[in-house]
Amino acid sequence: MSERAAIVAVGQTKYHPNRADASEEELAYEAVKQVLEATGLALSDFDAAVSCSQDFWDGRTISNMNIQHVVGAHLSDEDKVCEDGINAIYAGMARILSGHHELVIVVAHTKESQAEKSLIENAAFDPALLRQLGLDFVSAAAMQARRYMYKYGITPEQCAKVVVKNRGNAKKNPFAQAPLDITVEDVLSSKILSSPIRLLDAKPISDGACAMIITTEDRAKKLTKKPVWILGTSNCYETHYLGDRDLAECEALGKAARKAYSMAGIRNPMKEIDVAEISEEYSYQELMWMEGLGFCGKGEAGKLIDSGVTGMGGKLPVNPSGGVISGNPICVAGMARVAEAVLQLRGEAGDHQVKNARVALAHGITGACAQHHGVMILGR
Amino acid sequence: MPNRVAIVGIGQTYHTSKRPDVNYAEMTREAVMAALADAQLSIKDIEATFMASMETFEAIYLPDHEMAAEAGFFGKPGLKVGTGGTSGASVVAEGFYFVASGLYDVALIIGSEKQDCGDTTAAITAAATPMWGKGATTGAIGEFAKQALSYMKTSGAKEEHAAMVRLKADRNACRNPYAHLKLGLKSVEEVLKSPYLVWPLRLLDFCPQSCGACALIFASEKRAKKISKKPVWLVDIETVHQEVFKAGVFGDPTGKETYAQHVACERLYKRNGITNPRKSIDMAEIYEPSNWEEMNLYEHFHFCGKGEGWKLIEKGVTEIEGEFPVNPSGGVIATNPIGATPTIRVAEAALQIRGDAGEHQVTKDVKTAMASALGGPNWTVLSLLKRSL
Repeated sequence: MSERAAIVAVGQTKYHPNRADASEEELAYEAVKQVLEATGLALSDFDAAVSCSQDFWDGRTISNMNIQHVVGAHLSDEDKVCEDGINAIYAGMARILSGHHELVIVVAHTKESQAEKSLIENAAFDPALLRQLGLDFVSAAAMQARRYMYKYGITPEQCAKVVVKNRGNAKKNPFAQAPLDITVEDVLSSKILSSPIRLLDAKPISDGACAMIITTEDRAKKLTKKPVWILGTSNCYETHYLGDRDLAECEALGKAARKAYSMAGIRNPMKEIDVAEISEEYSYQELMWMEGLGFCGKGEAGKLIDSGVTGMGGKLPVNPSGGVISGNPICVAGMARVAEAVLQLRGEAGDHQVKNARVALAHGITGACAQHHGVMILGR
Repeated sequence: MPNRVAIVGIGQTYHTSKRPDVNYAEMTREAVMAALADAQLSIKDIEATFMASMETFEAIYLPDHEMAAEAGFFGKPGLKVGTGGTSGASVVAEGFYFVASGLYDVALIIGSEKQDCGDTTAAITAAATPMWGKGATTGAIGEFAKQALSYMKTSGAKEEHAAMVRLKADRNACRNPYAHLKLGLKSVEEVLKSPYLVWPLRLLDFCPQSCGACALIFASEKRAKKISKKPVWLVDIETVHQEVFKAGVFGDPTGKETYAQHVACERLYKRNGITNPRKSIDMAEIYEPSNWEEMNLYEHFHFCGKGEGWKLIEKGVTEIEGEFPVNPSGGVIATNPIGATPTIRVAEAALQIRGDAGEHQVTKDVKTAMASALGGPNWTVLSLLKRSL
């Protein structure tokens, strides 16, 4: 039974607004192929696969039926997690730590371009009351942004700075979908989607896939010179009804983070974590999640972005990849954060490499106003 | 050695076609509260919650999120899985691995489906590959009609044998307070009068659409013995999927196909030193969408030789009082809330081991039981349960 689980290879497609040239399984295989080539493993070597996709987004029931042959699941074990992909890694890790499996492949894939985002998200709300309001995740996020900005005095300019930073970082990431040279003014003058969220405050529609291999300590050392260890991880649910939550607070994130930190032996996250990849589908979220993750006190994340702490040259670079806001599909987004953290720890992030990254944090979200948070601490 | 995993709490709702009195969350909560009561635990004792359901069957996106407060997700770690018919066993597997890993000591496992919210057959029809699969699909009914025909041709089973399986299921369901269809069927002739859905599959030959939920509480060895006087050990689990173009392989007129069921049970039996399942295992709760498939599964799981499944029913071997009882609960043909269906198989097998199945407790003493799940393109999940380690 392995004491710890390692990630030994990661693969990502280039994220794209519309991969009309590829089916879901072709997209998934683009990422899978990379991890097979990196390790010399064949699909038949895996004890199990854990995939991540959503029937609603794929427009078909049992969406994982589609990708069995590209994840080695023919006459083998597979399960599909229906939260963000970071949770598929968690499930893969449980299999490794259980001692029942030694080699697990995890894959997340979504083609957002083929679905109607607003309709799907509306189906997550109570059919009798909230669906009738036309609520979707952008309008829900707008309420959260308003509440957060009001409660803690966060300004639209501070949110816009997150976009300028992340879209700028994306210029150096070959997988990023939408790098942009923009200013705070550009963000603040882009069209309103749902006030106060503007077009450039939100992630674009995206297609793509991400894959990785998780294994035991022994196998990891044989498969790669640079294994990345999962030092700590957890996830947590908020309650559902938006009116039951103070949307300016993210207690589920705090709980998940504290558990992950305690597993990893981290007492002072700002001091001990070198780089963070945080799921910000909307600009305000990066600030809010920084607070939830304990990188600063409540309401203080605005100052962090103002002072440049989270920039590439700062004390804690956040989203050097460009983040979710530069384009990642649902399900894939959180797994891509882990993939980017792994690249940073292996020193393989190329032009967006953070110097001497030894401990990294990755974070994924699922649901309206991020009802579900997953946090993972990774180390060299 | 992995940590050992025990089932220490079992709860289910009653199952029926329509539950207009509750919403999806409230219905799921009934099973969760029953499992907590059975384990004499409160929701505060639960460290993590895992759920299975198929979103498209209710047309609710992220159903676990919607019922976070009611079903015990709020403030806890957890996740939802969805693998079609096998979902309720895939979630048992997740709970098994998470507890075996030592990450959690006490976990809540939920399977739930409220099919009066949506149209399951319409959703299943949308499971096939769009380009070349969809035109040929009729949901699950067409697949199991092919299976019935193929089984009839290769085994020599008659429609009367299928009817006998249906009668057994109904007799058992009538003794199970939670079962959905309790028809009081009296004779083979009565079953054979039932209209065809897709020839040779009749209305009475196929499972219903049910609303219902089932919850289990898993605990690690050290916690299990403190929580329960009668922990049931989930000793092993095996999942075998296959690729999508095997979607048609429910029946096999060629006799040359590799079945996921064979691969799964051979792996499970080998790991657990089982050479003769009829001797080493005392009873089984299997996922039989149709009475024809039940006879087929007897053969697939090596409860008998090839082509002999119908003989087991003829001889009464699989009756409640029989030498090898199968589906004393009434099975899937009586009760089918899809996301919960495989969870119910595990729950019912565990009740038999505890001796707590009440009116449908089998005559023989059950020390070891097996539960199966079937879904997707004939995917299989098997769970092996024991009274003592």
